[in-house]
Amino acid sequence: MSKRFLMGNEAIALGALHAGVNVVSGYPGTPSTEILETIAKNNKDKSVYVEWSVNEKAALEVAAGAAYSGARSLVTMKQVGLNVASDPLMSLAYVGVKGGMVVVSADDPGPISSQTEQDTRHFAQFAKLPVFDPSSPEEAYEMIKEAFEVSERYNTPVLFRPTTRVCHGCADVEIADSFDPHKPEGFVRDTKRWVIFPRASYLNHVRIEKRDPVLGDEFSASRFNLLTGSGRLGIATHGISFAYTSEVLADAAGEYKLLKVGTPNPFPEKLALEFLNGLDEVVCIEELDPVIERALTYTVGKHHLGVKIRGKLDGTVQPAGENTVESVRDVLSKFLDIKYKRQELPPLPELPVRPPVLCAGCPHRASFYAVKQAVRGRKAVFAGDIGCYTLGNAMPLDMVDTCLCMGADVTIAQGIHRVEPDTLNFSFIGDSTFFASGMTGVVNAVYNQTDIILIVLDNSTTAMTGHQPHPGTGVTMMGDVCAKVSIPRILEAVGCSYVRTVDPLDLAAAQNAVREAADMKGVRAIIMKSPCIAVTKPQRLFEINSEKCINCKKCIRELGCPAIVLTDGRPAIEPSLCYGCGICAQVCPVKAIDRPAGEEAAK
Amino acid sequence: MSNILLCGVGGQGTVLASRLIAFAAMEKGESVRTSETIGMSQRGGCVVSHVRTGRSIASPMIPKGSADIIIAFEPGEAVRNIDYLKPDGTVIVNKKAVKPVTASLTGSDYDGSAAFGYFEQTGRRMSIVDGDYICEQCGSPKVLNIALLASAAATGELGLTVDELKDAIVRFMPGKFHAMNLKAVELVSGT
Repeated sequence: MSKRFLMGNEAIALGALHAGVNVVSGYPGTPSTEILETIAKNNKDKSVYVEWSVNEKAALEVAAGAAYSGARSLVTMKQVGLNVASDPLMSLAYVGVKGGMVVVSADDPGPISSQTEQDTRHFAQFAKLPVFDPSSPEEAYEMIKEAFEVSERYNTPVLFRPTTRVCHGCADVEIADSFDPHKPEGFVRDTKRWVIFPRASYLNHVRIEKRDPVLGDEFSASRFNLLTGSGRLGIATHGISFAYTSEVLADAAGEYKLLKVGTPNPFPEKLALEFLNGLDEVVCIEELDPVIERALTYTVGKHHLGVKIRGKLDGTVQPAGENTVESVRDVLSKFLDIKYKRQELPPLPELPVRPPVLCAGCPHRASFYAVKQAVRGRKAVFAGDIGCYTLGNAMPLDMVDTCLCMGADVTIAQGIHRVEPDTLNFSFIGDSTFFASGMTGVVNAVYNQTDIILIVLDNSTTAMTGHQPHPGTGVTMMGDVCAKVSIPRILEAVGCSYVRTVDPLDLAAAQNAVREAADMKGVRAIIMKSPCIAVTKPQRLFEINSEKCINCKKCIRELGCPAIVLTDGRPAIEPSLCYGCGICAQVCPVKAIDRPAGEEAAK
Repeated sequence: MSNILLCGVGGQGTVLASRLIAFAAMEKGESVRTSETIGMSQRGGCVVSHVRTGRSIASPMIPKGSADIIIAFEPGEAVRNIDYLKPDGTVIVNKKAVKPVTASLTGSDYDGSAAFGYFEQTGRRMSIVDGDYICEQCGSPKVLNIALLASAAATGELGLTVDELKDAIVRFMPGKFHAMNLKAVELVSGT
């Protein structure tokens, strides 16, 4: 064993490698992304197969096929990705697996970078799957190995759900120096097992209902569930909230029992009974949904125990958002009657608001601006989607009217158009999102003859999650160079009436394409193709010629580029931020913005 | 135990600085927990890294009122996180304010001066680092994080000495960055 400084996601990845994982698939999503990237980075001999799949459903099915063949497989995604993968997951829970299969679905209390505060522990109950809930990077490393064991022992896929503060927290983790690779047996034909049919599903359902109490009892003895202390008051917690609770309890005197649940489904009822025995009152400190709270309430009712269960359901604990050491201290100071003094500070001065914005030089800014200018004065609705380009909603661009989930821009636009046929219905989608779940929506529009204008914002990467490759980039996570899947050829093939590729940094050309498309009918598609600034070198930088500048501030008012700042009441370009995209030079009415002659890029 | 909070604006290099402290602490045989901002806020938003070193640390987030030191890459961000600082803690703060895009749009005159005024009013121990000057002298805007760490090390509150910081730079950063970062340390600490 040796100690390494690891992020939770790295610990999960190394734990999976040390469990002998053979096949790893996933789709990028904060806070899960670094798991798969770490596996790829530690796969120099290519002994593990690793892929970014086109979406979470594809990823889960690839992993299922591998597990049918006796391989140990891992799938990674964020919690909303599990919604996409839920179709195969629900059925796979019945069919089961042969090799160990672990599905990591990273939850995001807050939410910090997500659409929802959904709780994967609930998904586990719904799908009837075991779930592990790590409380630290160290525990995650050990727990994922156990998750593979449980999966193989019970022939079931297993959910593993860290939360953001575990995924993105780092710690010194003790890891194994060597491990034994797992040798898959190969696919063995067995149609009764691998082909899902109603009769087989009935039998599988019976089997699962018999299995769960057995597994629940096994979990009651699991080292990932802790029961300590004594007294008449109880605290039940889980995940990162266990760390916050421990932090608060370190300063607390008095008697209490502490239950930490690392395996919330099937619920370790025997252990919970031991915890509840002799208690008057319990407070449940959970993030997201009151899963343990409901399970304890049920256990109290089932066994006629007179224990009062407090938590989210009775308002003792905040119903939504992240827990913190402070929020836990607020709850426990009342519950255990701990005195503590809060620091009094004088009121803070007014602080700048810093909403996330599109980077300086981001080609999406040019794309949104081109569309905005081209249809100025016309009735239009702009459906947006998930990615960096959601930030196109910020002032002054203000070009995102809707955003729901991956791929929804294409189809939401169609629904709006059915109600408002005289509106220009734009749909903005990124390249990775297009492949993930945009293509079916385009086919739907073509088939149903809906007039929409699709703007594919192709920056040749999956930018928001940290620049992962996708089918259009021509590289894979195994390091291979492959043929790029062509977005324009897909759009032509499915029957779009108009397909053009333009460089949005050429504002005039981009606006012309939008005007041309706006005056046509059918599904019109414009691919705005320009690489993300994070994957290209900066161009020569621009400067504002103060003699020519008439201080109209149009560059600031219309673009909102972080590199253009007001200095002494006049616009100036901050050289450390400018990427040389040149959009401001095209917008300036008096041509006061230009590249200084003969000067090379400063970066 | 040392609790160090690093804060700034996305892209300023807080994550690398927090990693360097963590690596150096581990070298000394201490346990480390850190927590970082990753994701949407990295795009010009507020970012915070918590670094905790010592023994038996439970939470990766520093409890409010218990940071020994705040290393602020931007004065307004130092104020935003001041409730993490313990009453006798120290603030290391970069002189230069970063205006948000919204400031240019709304014509707000945020320049960081109110932040410095606030620290004077509250009587906090503070070291101001002229990051722009150091970066200019070293020939790279990327040495800001090391300049701030050097200032923090010089106070004796970082849990790392200036020499240990230099050692960490040589051990954990790629060779081509050694000279400019060591120069930044020398300019700030005078050693």
